[in-house]
Amino acid sequence: MKKDIILCGVGGQGILSIAAAIGAAAIKNNLYLKQAETHGMSQRGGDVVSHLRISSKPIYSDLIPFGGADLILSVEPLEALRYLPYLSPNGQIVTNSVPFKNIPNYPSEETIFAELRKWENTIIIDADKIAEELNAKRSSNIVMLGAAAPFLGIPYNAFEDGIREIFGRKGNDVVEVNLAALKAGFNFANQN
Amino acid sequence: MRKLLLGDEAIAQGAIDGGLSGVYAYPGTPSTEITEYIQVNKIAQERKIHSMWSTNEKTAMEAALGMSYAGKRAMSCMKHVGMNVAADCFMNTSITGVNGGMLVVAADDPSMHSSQNEQDSRFYGKFAMVPILEPSNQQECYDMAYEGFELSEKVKLPVLIRITTRLAHSRAGVVTRSLKPQNNLSLPEDKRQFVLLPAIARKNYKHLLSLQPQLEKASEESGWNQYFEGNDKSIGVIACGIAYNYFRENFPEENCPYPVLKISQYPLPRKLVNRLVSEVKKVIVLEEGYPLVEELLKGYLEKEPIHGRLDGTLPRDGELNPNIVARAFGKAETTRLEVPSIMVPRPPAMCTGCSHIDVYNALNEALKKYGDGRVFSDIGCYTLGALPPFNAINTCVDMGASITMAKGAADAGLVPAVAVIGDSTFTHSGITGLIDAVIEKSPITVIISDNESTSMTGGQDSSAIGILEDICKAVGVEPNHIHVLLPMKKNHEQMVEIISKELAYNGVSVIIPRRECIQKAVRRKKAEAKQNSAE
Repeated sequence: MKKDIILCGVGGQGILSIAAAIGAAAIKNNLYLKQAETHGMSQRGGDVVSHLRISSKPIYSDLIPFGGADLILSVEPLEALRYLPYLSPNGQIVTNSVPFKNIPNYPSEETIFAELRKWENTIIIDADKIAEELNAKRSSNIVMLGAAAPFLGIPYNAFEDGIREIFGRKGNDVVEVNLAALKAGFNFANQN
Repeated sequence: MRKLLLGDEAIAQGAIDGGLSGVYAYPGTPSTEITEYIQVNKIAQERKIHSMWSTNEKTAMEAALGMSYAGKRAMSCMKHVGMNVAADCFMNTSITGVNGGMLVVAADDPSMHSSQNEQDSRFYGKFAMVPILEPSNQQECYDMAYEGFELSEKVKLPVLIRITTRLAHSRAGVVTRSLKPQNNLSLPEDKRQFVLLPAIARKNYKHLLSLQPQLEKASEESGWNQYFEGNDKSIGVIACGIAYNYFRENFPEENCPYPVLKISQYPLPRKLVNRLVSEVKKVIVLEEGYPLVEELLKGYLEKEPIHGRLDGTLPRDGELNPNIVARAFGKAETTRLEVPSIMVPRPPAMCTGCSHIDVYNALNEALKKYGDGRVFSDIGCYTLGALPPFNAINTCVDMGASITMAKGAADAGLVPAVAVIGDSTFTHSGITGLIDAVIEKSPITVIISDNESTSMTGGQDSSAIGILEDICKAVGVEPNHIHVLLPMKKNHEQMVEIISKELAYNGVSVIIPRRECIQKAVRRKKAEAKQNSAE
């Protein structure tokens, strides 16, 4: 088993929390893991990317080679396109549809979605709306995690366990809301 | 036990488990997380391991040396350019030698993700003639910190651990080992070991020179330097540090035709290098950073068939990755998609609500009548004032250079000249420059944009908190030319007025716009709310 995942978004959107949740699930399944993160200057609203590699065998490189990623998981639609060179010929894109516009020349949303749809294996999900409907506005990244879950090669219940572990300290309500967010993302991906 | 750790954190955990008594550091990407990890570690707290931030890298390195003098195990961590600040001390630590084990960790930033240059700290290790450890993965980060103290105590020298951004900020499972005891307080046997009077320094230096064969032998026997046999002798590979991983990504151990020498401890293991060079037709050297090993082996007369960054086999600058290494060995390129033409860059920017924004808006207006090109700035979030829409600053060179460059330009006749520096950068390296300006009553206006934080690296406490005005007064800035402002939109006119008045003053003025970093304020309020709900 080997999965290479590009996790991307804009500094401050919290992609590292998604990475941490996947990491926790991978470790629970006794898998090897390497996760290269972006720290420093770019965290101030710049583009950020995390290379997440999971494998049943030891992993050498911290970086995924071009054309090698099984999945691009993006919490912002324009950022999903930025890392296309990493996507493997059979790769999957899962992206949030909600743009983060902090630059004056942000391209039109139609052109972004048109580019995304050129790739057959693309799931575009309005994670913010789904989270809001669940009364869990701050859990849109967990919705994204759920939407990516079918492509990660890790059993679904490992993500549930991961969420219980990560949010356990914050009380049962928070755990339940995030489990619901995870499920909603997972169902959306399986139906689309 | 296996823990999921960043390379930085693995070094921290290795040092703690290896008997550390104190870490000394100034925040700097990509080194910051080493010290932050120790600051919140339970065992570190139980053992009272020193971990408070130092004012700059030089004070940090000197304090670490002082702890080593007193017999305990100490570590000093910094980013690569921090090594320049600490170099005065570092270069002399190999002449004094150490008492308790001392590790110096330099985190280099090839491709300049968050830095002004991509200098290679291995040169400092070679320059000071001390052992260098260059981990290839997170486990080696841990092991090298864990065992580094003993190596340091054995050869009585500081040991330099050199990492780069990708390893510093990449996470992997690390197997930890048993906790070692800390050293007891003990003075150096030779009471004059640390007194570098010329007569003693000459003796110590000869001793350092005489140690070199022993250091080379240690490299030859080191388990971190490994020779892998290969049947295809057309190419031999020397892979240093993390470059080894990028090579193995392309040629895994069970499927590699070429002989490979992995280097993770310096000075170079001469026998192993000789063996490789004599076995193969040509050598390709893979190293993250400058072509240090390549240049050494190739020599000025280029008598050896050595290939790497110098002859274009690999790019001369920037960090390596699996694809660059694949290309160097003529491996077929993987098919890759293009980035669509609609793509635009998304550069970092100052946060919405950041106090620096109000400062630049006021400064730009006050400077309008003087024209462009007279704002000397420094290292921090406010460096982003160079980008549109502000276009507010004209220089960013090194920590503290804003004040001194403004002074030099004012000396040349560029009046008024303005320095923009942050609070933490001011205490790091700005004070001495301000003294220079005060002594000569140079016509400069210094703006210390005080957000009460070291923000670019994640909001560490600044050692300037609460003392900026007193420092300025104490070094001789006239009290009626020191102003503290509240940088907010509603105070714009007042700020423009005061800055304008001081720009016209023919002497040193200091303006301190003070408002807490917006990111830090959010974190503080969250923590306070949590505290309140707990009570």
